[in-house]
Amino acid sequence: MRIPKLLQAVLVLAGVYFGFIVVFDVILEAVIPSSLLVMYMFFVTAGVFMVFTYDEEGTRELVAPIKALVEDPSKRVWRNIVFVIVPLAAGAGTYVQMQPSFEAPLELRTIHPAPPTTAKIYGKRVNLLKLENPFRKLEKEDPEQFRELVEEGAAVYIQNCQYCHGDKLDGNGPYAAGLNPTPLNFQDVGTIAQLQESYLFWRIATGGPGLPKEAAPWISSMPVWQNFLKEDEIWKTILFLYDYTGHSPRTWGNE
Amino acid sequence: MNRPLPKFGIGLALAAAALTFTGVEQLGALAAEHGEAAARLYPPAPKLSAADYPSIAGVNSRVAVWIFAQLHLWFAAFVLAVPIFVFIIEAIGMRTRDKRYDDMAYEFIKVSITAYSLTAILGGMLLFSLILFYPHLFSYLSTIFRESMFYYALLFFAESAALYIYYYGWHWLQGGFRKWVHLTLGLVLNAVGTTIMLLANAWLTFMMSPAGVDGAGVFSGDAWAAIHNFLWNPINIHRFVANIAYGGSIVGAYAAFKFLTASGPRERAHYDWMGYNANFIAICALLPLPFAGYYLAAEIYAYSQQMGITLMGGIFAWLFIIQAVLIGTLFLSANYYLWCGMGRSDGAKRYTKYIKYIAIVLVGAFLVWFTPHTLVLTNEELKALGGPHHKILGPLGIMPAKNTAVNVMIIFTALSFMFYRRANKVATVPWVKAGNAIQVALYAAGIANILFLGIYHGYFTNTVYKVAASIPQVLTTLVVIAGSIALDSFIYRGGKEVGPLHWGRIPERAQYALFLLAVAFTWLMGLMGYIRSGIRQHWHVLDIMRDASPDAFTPTLGYAANVVSVAAIIFMAMVIFVFWIAQVSSDKTLPAGYWKD
Ligand code: HEC
Repeated sequence: MRIPKLLQAVLVLAGVYFGFIVVFDVILEAVIPSSLLVMYMFFVTAGVFMVFTYDEEGTRELVAPIKALVEDPSKRVWRNIVFVIVPLAAGAGTYVQMQPSFEAPLELRTIHPAPPTTAKIYGKRVNLLKLENPFRKLEKEDPEQFRELVEEGAAVYIQNCQYCHGDKLDGNGPYAAGLNPTPLNFQDVGTIAQLQESYLFWRIATGGPGLPKEAAPWISSMPVWQNFLKEDEIWKTILFLYDYTGHSPRTWGNE
Repeated sequence: MNRPLPKFGIGLALAAAALTFTGVEQLGALAAEHGEAAARLYPPAPKLSAADYPSIAGVNSRVAVWIFAQLHLWFAAFVLAVPIFVFIIEAIGMRTRDKRYDDMAYEFIKVSITAYSLTAILGGMLLFSLILFYPHLFSYLSTIFRESMFYYALLFFAESAALYIYYYGWHWLQGGFRKWVHLTLGLVLNAVGTTIMLLANAWLTFMMSPAGVDGAGVFSGDAWAAIHNFLWNPINIHRFVANIAYGGSIVGAYAAFKFLTASGPRERAHYDWMGYNANFIAICALLPLPFAGYYLAAEIYAYSQQMGITLMGGIFAWLFIIQAVLIGTLFLSANYYLWCGMGRSDGAKRYTKYIKYIAIVLVGAFLVWFTPHTLVLTNEELKALGGPHHKILGPLGIMPAKNTAVNVMIIFTALSFMFYRRANKVATVPWVKAGNAIQVALYAAGIANILFLGIYHGYFTNTVYKVAASIPQVLTTLVVIAGSIALDSFIYRGGKEVGPLHWGRIPERAQYALFLLAVAFTWLMGLMGYIRSGIRQHWHVLDIMRDASPDAFTPTLGYAANVVSVAAIIFMAMVIFVFWIAQVSSDKTLPAGYWKD
């Protein structure tokens, strides 16, 4: 027997919906955010609608059961049932949505706010647009010394940062679970791989309190490292972050 | 990336525009000769305080300028774009000697005539509100751009003259030599129109990437340097292409409006055909648009990292999600229109079975395209994930994934087009099978290459290559599209038609897809225009002239979106008025017994 079109459409949508949930939440073990799932489903529905209605025949078949339900006198009982259930379901849905909960409201967080042009770091005004890692050039000029600096940076990292950012630099240190916002994962292609070294220097030196207004309300626990570390130590740690993760800092030059 | 900008030729029109500019350039050179003496003539950028901004009748000055600028821009985009494709359609008509093209071109230009005067009125309103609400900014800009502003005003005479002769002389200048004269007028019209746009672009890009001035804003006297600033060409290219797409979508909406109100099958057929052509124009210009946009964004980044991060990573990033959704909507509705249009041909059945696969790929690519970099997570989800970074969705949030997705969407839209074109044809060459196999191979290889570039270079190399990989991706897309069109033209050489095309045999739903296209475009332009201007933040002229008005803050996203939406609604209402007026002009009432014989 051929499945009626309306049922086909509903089955496809349900299949995709549960497909997303099964694939993400169960197989990949990384839940799909509900806000995103809603958006995904909206456009999947649009796609299904497009495929089912691009010609007259398909459209007629698709809406036939709905039309019959509303117009056909023999479907009176069904009609009454549906007309009671649909508003009730809508009401219940609204109720659940609006019900107050203890959940903190969602926040749109800007993870990478724009840096200021200049910032006061170690008592000096530095121009972040021009700032460069003083050790970066050694990577080519003196690879041996460069390796040493990376090692030193690793030591600084292990002593100071791994509690939060993790010993694998994946943002999963022992304290991480208790923090919101959580420490960033440097392995991720969306963090340091996208940034210039000057940006990292600014973030590490000035920490959560140094974030611009635009990033508020944001109670980041990232410490202000200029109070605890020396300037070179920060630059060496940055070398280590890129070295360990295999990312390279964002540059505009093409050498 | 601090290389000199490639001098892109945007075609003939630009060449004509360049002629006008040499005048400006000479002036600039002259001034530069006088050197420092000349520099002393110009004041530094004024340092303002809140008291320097008049408050008039309780109007919010930012919102007033914002809305007038936006309305002016929408109409201007439309009015500049229509003559471009009217010119092309007229030329096609002259070549094919098919009068339908000529009639359609005339009808398009007719719609733009009423819009033309609205453009001018709104431009005047914008100018007044700038002078009234931001007098110091305006006077600073006008010392630097005094010549170009003067020429700009003069050019409007040329523009109006060319437009009116072109339109009112349409039926007079017909046949042989006269037709050529008419076409030449169209060219002049476009050259002037484009020059006007380029001049206005120079002023606004100067505000983003000032040039020809020193750190305090003292003008060197070199007008050409101020015009030819860092972001001028990227904006020129982006606007030129976008205007065509936008103009196409608006006349598409016009055709849809006329289709839905048509009184008989003949009229329906005519407006169906017109809607098809308008949609064709819109899509042709839409396909290269993401690349122009990407180039612009990359250049903004290159000019100022701060502006770049504000644009893509900071607060405005959320508007890019809306942008992505709207662009996807454009692609989906354009495709839907094509699929509906296949009903015009009796031979379409052979291809409609593939539509669902195209839809699956399009929607899939679309989902990747709008997946945000920063996810909105509930606390529970945050805990379940162990952090704000999602190991699957995170990588989909960054540029390489987006580039890959958009290239795939473009290729599949091209595929929809190919099926549409094939729907009514039967190939008769003996090597059809081999030809089709090559087509399949071409598409498959192209898509494989795009995926490879996106995945390998996007995730396993550093940022320089990430940005660079988008270029071969684009080239692949272009090669696939050009190659498949060329190949199909050989396969169907001397082919047969299945039967006559049934123009007008298209569901009314498809017309709403055309409306959606126009509305989505309008909204998109408004939002992106706001972003472009908003990334200057508290600067009138970036790093040179500070905005000290009470409004010098970045409004919340919701507020900004509301302003743009209100402006879009006003614009739509005005457009409907324009459509209605175009219709009224051809209506006649016979007042029985009113006039004496
Ligand atoms: C108390 C926990 C904690 C410690 C210790 C800590 N961080 Fe952080 N760090 C955070 C949190 C939370 C964030 C994310 C919020 C933010 O950006 O402020 C963060 C963000 C960052 C960022 C920004 C990355 C981006 O993509 O924007 C950098 C870089 C960074 N940390 C480096 C370091 C370094 C280097 C150290 C050691 C010297 C360190 N952190 C120690 C908590 C910590």
